[in-house]
Amino acid sequence: MTPAHYELSHLETLEAESVHIFREVAAELERPVLLFSGGKDSIILLRLAEKAFRPGRFPFPIMHVDTGHNFPEVIEFRDRIAAQLGERLIVAHVQDSIDAGRVAEETGPRASRNRLQTTTLLDAIAEHGFDAAFGGARRDEERARAKERVFSFRDDFGQWDPKNQRPELWSLYNGRIRKGEHVRVFPISNWTELDVWQYIATERLEVPSIYFSHEREVFARDGMLYAHNQFMELIEGEVPFTESVRYRTVGDMTCTGAVRSSATTLEAVVTEIAATRITERGETRADDRVTEAAMEDRKREGYF
Amino acid sequence: MSAAANGRTPHAFGTSTTSPYWMGKRTSELLRIATAGSVDDGKSTLIGRLLHDTKSIFEDQMEHVVQTSERRGDGYVNLALLTDGLRAEREQGITIDVAYRYFATPRRKFIVADTPGHEQYTRNMVTGASTADVSIVLVDARKGVSTQTRRHAYIASLLRIPHLVVCVNKMDLVNYDENVFYEILEQMTDWMARLQVPDITFIPISALNGDNVVDRSDRMQWYGAAPLLYHLEHVVIAPDRNLQDVRFPVQWVIRPMSEEHHDYRGYGGQVAGGVLRPGSEVVVLPSGRSTTVASIDTFGGALDSAFPTMSVALRLTDQIDISRGDMIVSPEDQPVASRELDAMLCWMSERPLAPRGKYTIKHTTRSARAIVEQIEYQVDINTLEHEPATQLGLNEIGRVQLRCSAPLILDPYSRNRSTGSFILIDESTNDTVAAGMVLNAR
Repeated sequence: MTPAHYELSHLETLEAESVHIFREVAAELERPVLLFSGGKDSIILLRLAEKAFRPGRFPFPIMHVDTGHNFPEVIEFRDRIAAQLGERLIVAHVQDSIDAGRVAEETGPRASRNRLQTTTLLDAIAEHGFDAAFGGARRDEERARAKERVFSFRDDFGQWDPKNQRPELWSLYNGRIRKGEHVRVFPISNWTELDVWQYIATERLEVPSIYFSHEREVFARDGMLYAHNQFMELIEGEVPFTESVRYRTVGDMTCTGAVRSSATTLEAVVTEIAATRITERGETRADDRVTEAAMEDRKREGYF
Repeated sequence: MSAAANGRTPHAFGTSTTSPYWMGKRTSELLRIATAGSVDDGKSTLIGRLLHDTKSIFEDQMEHVVQTSERRGDGYVNLALLTDGLRAEREQGITIDVAYRYFATPRRKFIVADTPGHEQYTRNMVTGASTADVSIVLVDARKGVSTQTRRHAYIASLLRIPHLVVCVNKMDLVNYDENVFYEILEQMTDWMARLQVPDITFIPISALNGDNVVDRSDRMQWYGAAPLLYHLEHVVIAPDRNLQDVRFPVQWVIRPMSEEHHDYRGYGGQVAGGVLRPGSEVVVLPSGRSTTVASIDTFGGALDSAFPTMSVALRLTDQIDISRGDMIVSPEDQPVASRELDAMLCWMSERPLAPRGKYTIKHTTRSARAIVEQIEYQVDINTLEHEPATQLGLNEIGRVQLRCSAPLILDPYSRNRSTGSFILIDESTNDTVAAGMVLNAR
């Protein structure tokens, strides 16, 4: 055989790198947790964890931070997938943080629980004593994320210091921390949105139905289409209408916009993503539009 | 669409499944590129050009760049804003870290580790270079080979990036004169003779006008070879990995101890060298016990072979006590298990390295404590001169002798970039303070 046969496709290379990261964390940290949102990126994390640890069980639980404003399709999906995998699911509720007086609910038509999640997440990490949390963030998503390490250190306040990150060389990750500190680990840092969809198609992974085109009652705000739902007050002039849409990202209903689409199959979604001229966060996430460094600021506080 | 129609395929572990349709046809290879340089070199313009011409800049990103450039009064569309993601970087107009950019052509996917080029960012350049297949070094056609160019080429050779592309940029400002290009080529070739870079390619370009970046330039007919993007798409990288010597650092032992898999014991890891097959004879280090590969397992089924950089689980025919940090290797050309080694170090911390300093060393999946016995010399990265040194400061590179609390299983970095590399961690701050490249075990 010539060396030319020993080539991997880009997806195989990315997968191998991600599996390596999962095993490193499992081996070097005491109490990891996998953060699962029900979105496509965290669905990939679950498959990669299967690739890293089967036929054994995951050496960590799965945790979802539930704002209470999630799409019902996604919650149903979350519970079913966790049961199918036979792994332990922890749900941390933003409502509990509100009831305990840890955070105050925003009010008005633009109220969102997006920012409140950070407190719920950090409280849950402290309560369970987690020292590593896997997340599905990717560097192609956003400017601040393009600069973040695979092993991203958080101090005992959960804060990220972008100017003081540990150099990350070869595939030698430094997960050393003191008590109370933790690392966020991003195994799919180097994947793009298109890679994610190609992998979902390759692996025939199930994703929540809202990723595919469906009829939905929506209204337009700030150039985006939002689902008409009980958690959002309409502002004068906003009129709901029915449209054929799908979601490119899965977040809270109050800050995630839908896109017009007729893509009803994985192949059609891959084709659509390959041709798109707008980034997924630019097209669908209100939370990034607050200021130029909205993501960096939230990440500094301990956001996903 | 119903859930059933795109259903999660149930995988029975250990049974072969048919290849998914996507894997059937080869998609594309992944190429990692490192670039270093400052705004003056036209590096941002070059990356911007590659991203733009491969349609990898999205409209909202471009709109953001245009608006921000206007607000800042840059007077031009400042493509550096695409990569400078942090608030401090945009405020100060500097790049302080490694930024990762992604673009693709039908043939390949590319990851660009984009680092600032000044001397005070040597550690960032080393970080970006550590995993790169190709390094792009820029030379300003008007200025010729500069100190900065030489430094970038040195770092590329130190980190053993197998392919170097020297882009002689701003050819538009020297009237696309071939004499200028060939003069730089000669200067650079002379100097590069002192370094070990297996493959060097010179390309005359104008990043601003797009000459020889994506498309061949009409204005430089005298240049017969391919433009930059074509070169990046076709440079052969598979043989760069060491396919001779089997190296499999054990990461994680898979022991389900469930009813169904009661006796299962698989050694999870990423192949760092060589080709493994069921039946391959192997030796486990540091114990030195010999055994045979029984099977190569993955979640999708057993495989006929495993090679770099695949992540798999190995089962072995003999029951041997193996744990994380051990290495499964071929019986021939084994690595050396040793507590003492010579290495090149790039120092990355504000707190300098002093002789007798104690650190944690992390090498493959093995960690130990290490003491720096001696600093043999420091390299002036601009002149390559060796100078005596009593310490190594931030961004300084030197040769040291290390002694460790436990044996490491070592290859020279020149033979294997995975099993020849290590990091040092400061035990008081937990910071990564050095990148190390093994010269030899002692």
